[in-house]
Amino acid sequence: MTSRRLLAHKPGQRKITGVLMVVFFIILSGVVLVPFVSMILTSFKDSSMIIRNGFNLNIDKDILTFENYRYLFSGDHQYFKWFINSIFLTLIQTALTLIISAWVGYGFAFYDFKGKDFLFVCVLVVMMIPFEILMLPLYREIVAMKLNNSYLGIILPYLAHPTAVFFFRQYLTSIPKEIIDAGRIDGCCEYGIFLRLIFPIMQPALAAMAIFVGMFTWNNYLWPLLVLTDSGKFTLPIGLTSLLSPYGNNYKLLIAGAVMSVIPIMILFFSAQRHFIEGMSTGSVKG
Amino acid sequence: MKERTLALTTQVKHEEHHQKKSLWDKLNSPKVAPYVFVLPFVLIFIIFFIYPIFSTVVMSFQSVNIGDIQFVGLDNYRILLSSSTFPVAIRNSLIYTALTLLLLIPFPMILACMLNSKAMRGSNFFRAFLFLPILCSVVVAGLTFRFLFNETDTGLVNSIIINWFGGEKVRWLSLRWPAMTVMVALACWRWTGINVIYFMSGLNSIPVELYEACDIDGANAWQRFWFVTVPLLKPTIIYVLTISIYGGLAMFAESQMLWGGKTSPLNIGLTIVGFIYQNGISHGQLGLASCAGLVLLVVVLIINLIQLRLTGVLGKEKA
Repeated sequence: MTSRRLLAHKPGQRKITGVLMVVFFIILSGVVLVPFVSMILTSFKDSSMIIRNGFNLNIDKDILTFENYRYLFSGDHQYFKWFINSIFLTLIQTALTLIISAWVGYGFAFYDFKGKDFLFVCVLVVMMIPFEILMLPLYREIVAMKLNNSYLGIILPYLAHPTAVFFFRQYLTSIPKEIIDAGRIDGCCEYGIFLRLIFPIMQPALAAMAIFVGMFTWNNYLWPLLVLTDSGKFTLPIGLTSLLSPYGNNYKLLIAGAVMSVIPIMILFFSAQRHFIEGMSTGSVKG
Repeated sequence: MKERTLALTTQVKHEEHHQKKSLWDKLNSPKVAPYVFVLPFVLIFIIFFIYPIFSTVVMSFQSVNIGDIQFVGLDNYRILLSSSTFPVAIRNSLIYTALTLLLLIPFPMILACMLNSKAMRGSNFFRAFLFLPILCSVVVAGLTFRFLFNETDTGLVNSIIINWFGGEKVRWLSLRWPAMTVMVALACWRWTGINVIYFMSGLNSIPVELYEACDIDGANAWQRFWFVTVPLLKPTIIYVLTISIYGGLAMFAESQMLWGGKTSPLNIGLTIVGFIYQNGISHGQLGLASCAGLVLLVVVLIINLIQLRLTGVLGKEKA
């Protein structure tokens, strides 16, 4: 009886809570958008006023100007070089990290060997220790290897990304082992089985990790900041930070460049939203 | 053990280099192949993890100047303990981490439940909106927050305080707690969306039948949340807790951007990693910075152990 009464009550009640929740989330989305909106608005204002005025949502038609963007597209600076560097580094690092991590993850998922458990615990330990703790000795190592100021120096320590290894291993354990035996019978070598049979069916996992690693690389700040010294090799985050140098802040380029750096990812996000959300939440597929 | 096996493997490889066919046969055997697969990880682990940790420990006992390395025993530790800035850095990092945990676990969980409820409309749309900040690099986000919390009365937050609430402007980036507020606000803006997504994927793994049973038993929304949702979300909660502790203690770029790459007044924005960066890179005191790195390592290990023990993960693994 009670349950039926509850059910009978529900539709009306549910509608009200539904409407309230939608209103709540509209307000929340508005708050989330405020920083973006203020940044975009400010990029159309006089950049010399930024320090004094900060970012706000005031719109005064008389003071809106395209000057910052005019400078971004025609000024004498390295912004677009940084942009291309960032794209280049992101593509290379993502591709290499995915291939190597999948290779390692496959070893963990499909074979039993001595020391496997110990090695896998090592993967988990690397996942747990913040990279920042190791940055100084790592930096010295990279300098000693003469890899400072090179993209190889940025990429190398991340090649077997522990999160990616962990994720690929989890993904691959769900694939039946018979596939290997089938491959062996067909005369595939051990590595051929991975390259020809397994790698192609890993596509969904690779796509998810591509987003994860790609976003990580595109936004990575501290390590490139240490490794790169030549402003011609800067990535976007490092380049934008360098504009805040003590030798006169270049807010004109900074504000327009900041907006420009967000736009390509926004476009990517809205065109492949599902993949993005899947990719970023893959880390949570644990155990 | 496994290093020895590996060493043997490589030795074997070298010895048989002249017999190409037999080398390939060895490499291709199911006994050797797994080691070839995990080899990249082992190499990177040793070169870029074990060795740096080892050299951090060594450097912490040294005074490292350009071309001049001296063993100084525990001097660095003494300097670190008596320094006035390091305790500030530790305090800031711990308070920041605690506040982000307090805000970035319960609220995203509730938001995820709301988005997941049947009464909700357009949850995919709102989920995408909450996700947007994570697309923004920390550099751009930090820059934006720096100017939203501008200290003049025209910065957005101050102008809201003045015009809507009739308050006085706050010197956000010059005072201790306001500065902490800005850092935490930035963290909340950036991470709420991603945590909501973690919790939503956790919620999807809870069987619907449990909620139907709740309905039949006449449980209200709060009881449903507390007795069904929270216990069953435990794995997700543990995961979010782990990455939040990690992110909180490793925070650096945010404060770097909020103060435009300069030192914050009275070090109100200094974090442990900030301390390592300042001393190791800017001042070239690698020994002192290595000590601080080791302290952070110990803090991270202790917190992780406590958290694993409390959440029962460690006990389960042993059993």
